[in-house]
Amino acid sequence: MSVRDENIIEVEGLTKAFGDFKAVNEISFVVKRGEIFGFLGANGAGKTTAMKMLIGISTPTSGKAKVAGFDVFTSAEDIKKNIGYMSQKFALYDDLTVRENITFFGGIYGLKRQQIKNKSNQLIEELGLEDVKNQLVGSLPLGWKQKISFSVAMLHEPKIVFLDEPTGGVDPITRRQFWEMIYKAADEGTTIFVTTHYMDEAEYCNRVSIMVNGKIEALDTPQKLKEQFKADNMNDVFLKLARG
Amino acid sequence: MNTIRYIIQKEFKQIFRNKGMLPLIFVLPLIQLIILSNAATFEIKNIKVGYVDFDHSSTSDGLMDKFTASTYFQVKDQFPSQQLANSAMLNGDIDVIITIPSHFERDLLKEQKVNLGLQINAIDGAAAGVTNFYIQQVVSTYNNAIRAELIQGNLPSEMLPKNLLTIPSFWYNETLNYKTFMVPGILVLIVTMITLFLSGMNIVREKEIGTLEQINVTPIKKHQFIIGKLFPFVLIGLLLLTIGLVISKVIFSIPINGSILLMYGYTIIYILVILGIGLFISNFTDTQQQAMFISWFFVVIFILMSGLFTPIESMPKWAQVLTDFNPIKYFVEVMRMVMLKGSSFQDILPQIIKTSIYAILMNGLAVWSYKKTV
Ligand SMILES: Nc1ncnc2c1ncn2[C@@H]1O[C@H](COP(=O)(O)OP(=O)(O)O)[C@@H](O)[C@H]1O
Ligand SMILES: [Mg+2]
Repeated sequence: MSVRDENIIEVEGLTKAFGDFKAVNEISFVVKRGEIFGFLGANGAGKTTAMKMLIGISTPTSGKAKVAGFDVFTSAEDIKKNIGYMSQKFALYDDLTVRENITFFGGIYGLKRQQIKNKSNQLIEELGLEDVKNQLVGSLPLGWKQKISFSVAMLHEPKIVFLDEPTGGVDPITRRQFWEMIYKAADEGTTIFVTTHYMDEAEYCNRVSIMVNGKIEALDTPQKLKEQFKADNMNDVFLKLARG
Repeated sequence: MNTIRYIIQKEFKQIFRNKGMLPLIFVLPLIQLIILSNAATFEIKNIKVGYVDFDHSSTSDGLMDKFTASTYFQVKDQFPSQQLANSAMLNGDIDVIITIPSHFERDLLKEQKVNLGLQINAIDGAAAGVTNFYIQQVVSTYNNAIRAELIQGNLPSEMLPKNLLTIPSFWYNETLNYKTFMVPGILVLIVTMITLFLSGMNIVREKEIGTLEQINVTPIKKHQFIIGKLFPFVLIGLLLLTIGLVISKVIFSIPINGSILLMYGYTIIYILVILGIGLFISNFTDTQQQAMFISWFFVVIFILMSGLFTPIESMPKWAQVLTDFNPIKYFVEVMRMVMLKGSSFQDILPQIIKTSIYAILMNGLAVWSYKKTV
């Protein structure tokens, strides 16, 4: 993994309001190319809302943000060419097989037929999906589904991949495997922007931000955060922050 | 282009994999066609006829015998005067009064042209129209019989006017059988409803299950997405039309007088209008339930104002203007014209132009209303 001194995401004063309520309240941060950036926060903190602005499917109320060099206000479609996204809610087709889902999304990302074939073979092998590749996705357990979502997000070899609670609701072994996948992608140079509310997972990240009620209250490496808050682990850091 | 192909492929897989929906899409409409074509005809039986005969000739008896022989009529009474007949109609004892003028037989032979008197109880306007139509048929059969007799009596046929007996009141002029008239219309309804509901539910369904978001984070172009969505439904619509036409031909022996190619060509444009409306609705709603309600709202208005069940000419002026915006109206017209009258491309050109403009407009709206960023 090689973190370079080059900002691939730049966010300044980014805000999203629903009526009077500011779900995301003037957040600012940068993410370096090649980083695993953990975006932490309790349920309802505003993580998903912030992420949707960065991936170009939600227009910010105010502020500035650049992703992969493109402005979220004016060049959302250019951003989409350079990113992968795995939604918090499973968002593939239950009535298509694993392979059909991969083919479909490969197709709409504009990959060539041969590319799709090679890439899906590679992903199926790497993620151990060989046995289920021709099964309808709807019949698979959640852990499998999440691996498939991840593979769809990685299909077009994006510069940045956004993962919204990728390990929510799965068993510790699958979580472990999932993080191995994330590491592998990062090794290959992909920037990872990942939300989670499992504090142990924060330890796997290069840097983490902690969001509370729409604001970023802390941002640093896990090591420095533990020193700053005089805590043994990230869980304690989080609890101290949440108590205020 | 490739992108569109992948969407089409995916839609087809989903449609044909949905074992619950597939039969509904194809079987239900056909049952509908068979039932409605039989039930929604304006066929009326046992029309109660009273008559006043001022002639008392064998010719006037002959005419009334024709009515007695018809299964549609029930000849009730002969009334000595017009007044008595009128009061019987007021009481509801009879639906129709036929008045045979004095010197009916004589004038018929001499002048070869006679007017019959006809009064129809028109409380139910549609039924009155049908009754009138049946009476015309009986009279015209009798007309031909007399004509044949006169020709045998050595009158040269060119000298005889075609219609000896005329009834000076016309509502409908069609020499059509009502089933023939209804079936093309019902085919229109089926194609319309199925394609509208399928497209109306389609995008909003992807919203509900979350897959639309996954599509929206890809660099797909809006028009690619909409075109990919349109294609499978156009094919389903054409398939429905085909099955419907086969049934009309086999079960109802409805002729297809015009060009089949023309009919399909027009149908494609028409379905694009409906799909544009459907996708537009789908983009604007958040749940399938909302989409269904709105689709219903439009379908009901479109159907009732299409001229299928009530003639457009008898609607108030403002309503007639509204029908110009009703795609179903054009489709009903075209189907009837091409199927029954054998109309040509030139004949239906106005409908083709209007429908094409409509199609471009609606699909433009569908593309516009599809927002990848909210
Ligand atoms: N479309 C919306 N309209 C109104 N409120 C919303 C909308 N989306 C999210 N919210 C609110 O914004 C807050 C942050 O939500 P979210 O970003 O999903 O949090 P997280 O992902 O951190 O759990 C929540 O209080 C949520 O109810
Ligand atoms: Mg969330």
